[in-house]
Amino acid sequence: MAVHGTTQATAVRTPNRGLRWLRRNVVAIAGLCTLGYLILPNIVVMVFSFNKPNGRFNYQWQRFSTDAWRDPCGVADLCGSLGLSLQLALWATVGATVLGTMIAFALARYRFRARSGVNTLIFLPMAMPEVVMAASLATLFLNMGIQFGFWTILIAHIMFCLSFVVTAVKARVMSMDPRLEQAAQDLYASPVQTFLRVTLPIAAPGIASGALLSFALSFDDFIITNFNAGSTVTFPMFVWGSAQRGTPVQINVIGTAMFLVAVVCVVVGQLAGARKRSKRS
Amino acid sequence: MTTTETPAPPDGQAGTAPLEVRKTPTRKRLVPYWLLLPGILWLIVFFAAPLVYQASTSIQTGSLEEGFKVTWHFATYWDALGEYWPQFVRSVGYAATATALCLLLGYPLAYLIAFKAGRWRNIVMILVIAPFFTSFLIRTLAWKTILADGGPVVGLLNSLHVLDVTSWLGLTEGQRVLATPLAVVCGLTYNFLPFMVLPLYTSLERIDPRLHEAAGDLYARPSTTFRRVTFPLSMPGVVAGTLLTFIPAAGDYINAELLGSTDQKMIGNVIQSQFLRVLDYPTAAALSFILMAAILAMVTIYIRKSGTEDLV
Repeated sequence: MAVHGTTQATAVRTPNRGLRWLRRNVVAIAGLCTLGYLILPNIVVMVFSFNKPNGRFNYQWQRFSTDAWRDPCGVADLCGSLGLSLQLALWATVGATVLGTMIAFALARYRFRARSGVNTLIFLPMAMPEVVMAASLATLFLNMGIQFGFWTILIAHIMFCLSFVVTAVKARVMSMDPRLEQAAQDLYASPVQTFLRVTLPIAAPGIASGALLSFALSFDDFIITNFNAGSTVTFPMFVWGSAQRGTPVQINVIGTAMFLVAVVCVVVGQLAGARKRSKRS
Repeated sequence: MTTTETPAPPDGQAGTAPLEVRKTPTRKRLVPYWLLLPGILWLIVFFAAPLVYQASTSIQTGSLEEGFKVTWHFATYWDALGEYWPQFVRSVGYAATATALCLLLGYPLAYLIAFKAGRWRNIVMILVIAPFFTSFLIRTLAWKTILADGGPVVGLLNSLHVLDVTSWLGLTEGQRVLATPLAVVCGLTYNFLPFMVLPLYTSLERIDPRLHEAAGDLYARPSTTFRRVTFPLSMPGVVAGTLLTFIPAAGDYINAELLGSTDQKMIGNVIQSQFLRVLDYPTAAALSFILMAAILAMVTIYIRKSGTEDLV
């Protein structure tokens, strides 16, 4: 699409070939630079997972070593906090996905009063700075005399993941053709059958993306957890503490491993999707 | 701010009307309410109620030992604003700068994925999302290494005399980047860049490439095509992206804490230390209320101005 413009420009000025190439690809080059900016820290994390630091902080390159990779749980509390974060993320995902999917179906399938009120209530948590939510929820727990810990973190995580699930599922359900459900009913499917055999499979990708998003958000959350955790230490809180006390190389190992596992999962998913699509056509 | 009232299905005429013609018994009419009940109750109890509760906390006085009482002490707001207005101004300034940088950096990337990546599109997309999977705190700490004093980045900026300019602008101090405003803005930009790229990509992807061809056929230069066709059509993405970047950036305290010094404290840092260290709950509550109100006001004005109210 840029062809017309460039030919015209060359007719006017005829710059040399290198300059012309640069002009045609300036957007792509800028985009790739941004991509580099996004990925640079991941590369640094990966490289520094093979570092043998001098002292408590892993900010300067000393010499190559695979010690941390051979002993990823060698730091006190690190793997414990990782396990706790995984557990929390799992339960928060289950809770938020179930509650969020129900809300999404109600919003996408039914007309009722209080719709716009519900929509606003769903939207607000996503448009609120995290500190505000974190501090207000912690104020509530504090005044109710509720002990901070696993349960308060879980409650908070379900609360802020909920809106994201609703948004993801609602988008999917609303883009589906209502005639499919009517067809099922015309073929004498009971409402339960219609739901299980028609509606749910169509909504599944939306539910899956909502669930994945919840898992990632909950696993990675620091601000809300920081206010509502008490003395419980999740993985992000461990990393935060280590920024003050000294960062073990094992943190880089875990970070790199997370990155690699995720990339492999996404690539496998893409390939499986591509194969499914080519089979169908 | 409010969401659209009647979200019509994409194929308008095939709406839900035929479904409603069938008779709906009362039991069925209650179905949506039962579906909503648990989730909405959760949001009311753990999101809305705490906000109301915090409003009452902000007008309390007392101490941790004697307990806090509601005394309608609105002076907390004035005192908090009087003492911490530099942090407020700084938060808005940093967040706005980071948002502008995100837009500047994110637009070419989103454009690249939407129009130029071709069969590489999926791979570039994975590369945009993949950094997300490493805990963002670990990635933010990695910036400490990248921007370290005497490191390659500082060396390069120094030899290009960039640091002289940024120091003159008050963004850096002397020969270092860490513990200066530049480092904090760099961290904020980095952390929220994906939130800009993804909505931009979504709205760019919807643009019919034939519109570009048409503009070219009408002898528009590439820059004119961009200015008159592409950019206006991508406005929903620009608005969504700037909001998704600005709001969390204004409340963030992680970048200021990890990459800045005490001179770069943002309002999030103040709220965090008032709440978790000083244990002055009324001040923390008042500060987070001012932050919330300020952001809501700015966002409302921004959405009005940009004229895309049906966006969210």
